[in-house]
Amino acid sequence: MSGWALVAAGGAGGAALRYAVDRGLRLWHDGAFPWGTLLVNLLGSLVLGALTGALWAGAAGERLGLLLGTGFCGALTTWSTLSYETLRLAETGRWPAAAGNVLASVGGGVAAAWAGHALGLAWWG
Amino acid sequence: MTADERGHRHAEPEPIDPDLSPAPEREPVRPRARPRAEAAALAAVAAGGALGALARYGAALRWPTGPGGLPWTTVGVNVLGCLLIGVLLVALTEAVPGRPLLRPFLGTGVLGGFTTLSTHAVDVETLWREGRVADGCALLGATLVLALLAVTLGAWGTRRVLRPLLARRGARAGEGRRP
Repeated sequence: MSGWALVAAGGAGGAALRYAVDRGLRLWHDGAFPWGTLLVNLLGSLVLGALTGALWAGAAGERLGLLLGTGFCGALTTWSTLSYETLRLAETGRWPAAAGNVLASVGGGVAAAWAGHALGLAWWG
Repeated sequence: MTADERGHRHAEPEPIDPDLSPAPEREPVRPRARPRAEAAALAAVAAGGALGALARYGAALRWPTGPGGLPWTTVGVNVLGCLLIGVLLVALTEAVPGRPLLRPFLGTGVLGGFTTLSTHAVDVETLWREGRVADGCALLGATLVLALLAVTLGAWGTRRVLRPLLARRGARAGEGRRP
């Protein structure tokens, strides 16, 4: 499988899982706050952090990086949906939720990536 | 409480305070889709996600981050995706009703797969881990500000362009219906 095919396969799986998680959470809790996007963004950042740790330690190769990192984690997480949902919260007057959403996603994403990276280095390093 | 008081209460419901804004509207609850429609939407999202991820990979190959440089390609991809989703979702909502697969394919799939929070988060934490604290903060702040600015600009600009066009189209349709 070429690098392009690995990225495409991972991207299809990541985007489909993001959609399924969002739909599933909305069946259970259908409010204004986009919990699904926040959850997948944190999860994807944690996994990509762990993968980065494994790549640094030499326990994972370039092909796994393309499939799981560039493809799957890249498409599981999203900035476009995050920004649009934040705009919708702000436009409907939910300013604290809008600010909380973007800060939790970005701050939590970096924290999750850092934790994943540390775990990956500890496990495979 | 006497029967009279209760009667009085029923006769006069609590007045609505005109100083209070009305309750914020809830997003319309989508009716539960049928399994076939759900499967079609999921397939559209997966196909779009593959295309979006390929475009992001292509951009990373075309504009790689040099040694000691900052990963501006990811910033550019994310900001462009935010601008485009603002344009797309406003255009679909206001001008293209009745195409249920366009939003899952283009919005959730292509643009969702094109943009990425995980790569951005790992870029920032890797810079911090390497001791480049200021660079990591610059990347974090630039992405945050530019992404939110881009989606706002995309959505507002599209509304500004579309609303007069749709109003004119609506007025013409109204004229045509007159006897």
